[in-house]
Amino acid sequence: MLGHSQWNSAAEFFAMGGYGFYVWGSFLACAVLMVIEPLMAIARQRAALRELAREQLAEQLNKETKES
Amino acid sequence: MTTTNRLSQIFYHYASPATFYPLAGKMIPVFVVLAALFGIAGLWIGLFVAPTDFQQGEGYRIIFVHVPSSWMSMFIYCVMALWAGIGLTMNTRLSSMMAQALAPTGALMAALSLITGALWGKPMWGTWWVWDARLTSELILFFLYIGFIALQASIDDPRRADKAGAILALVGVVNIPIIYFSVTWWNTLHQGASVSLTKAPAMAQTMLWGMLLMALCFWMYSIAVALIRVRAIILERERHTEWVKQLLAGEKHAGA
Repeated sequence: MLGHSQWNSAAEFFAMGGYGFYVWGSFLACAVLMVIEPLMAIARQRAALRELAREQLAEQLNKETKES
Repeated sequence: MTTTNRLSQIFYHYASPATFYPLAGKMIPVFVVLAALFGIAGLWIGLFVAPTDFQQGEGYRIIFVHVPSSWMSMFIYCVMALWAGIGLTMNTRLSSMMAQALAPTGALMAALSLITGALWGKPMWGTWWVWDARLTSELILFFLYIGFIALQASIDDPRRADKAGAILALVGVVNIPIIYFSVTWWNTLHQGASVSLTKAPAMAQTMLWGMLLMALCFWMYSIAVALIRVRAIILERERHTEWVKQLLAGEKHAGA
């Protein structure tokens, strides 16, 4: 996989010519935040749906108690 | 019927949260797939194909995440201000919701631009941070996003929050050209524009391609996340409307 590229070995790839900490640090920061953000957005969507279901259930129960 | 009427009819049709909610749901997977494809291609070129830089060695590869996040932080701000402005002038609820959905993604991009910039500055300039024009104006952009989010969160009435946020967003637009031209207007440690429409690109073709593919990846990612978030905002703000109640009933029947 590394043969056809800039790198002679995996170690060389990870070392990034001595800049490994900075290069991988910045790629990692992006990866972490760009995984967390969509998860938070999905959680917000689910929370909104749960809240709606709860409100609707409360409304329904209210109606039933009034009827009986 | 005139064309303008027809167009404004289409605009108002899709400006309705009830029509846009399911449409956004269908669009999300498309943008997720596009982001993944552009990301894989961009990372492949950026990490395996693009040659070593003659000045910065391998350290320059931070460009493949730094430039896309910086571009998106500025671009998202413009789109956010545009939606907020449309919401303010045309009184369309969905436009303001779009602006609200974009703000956290813009803040994230500005944060990534600052983080990756610091990680690039340390080995190349010998410092994580300098108070120069480019870095300071990007930091202000981050604060503008945070200010927009905080201002809207502090106002209980959503329509008034939309208006206050829109004014802040529109005033803040002045910062965008300042960021962009800061490297030519002031003396700065920061290098000039990476891509120029008038000059031949100063970098190797493969570097440019890697950067553009990563920028497309970040762009598609931003659209996907903003669409997920706008759906949540629509549900939160439209929860007392009839269409949301029907939507929920429909999902129950579908077993979701």
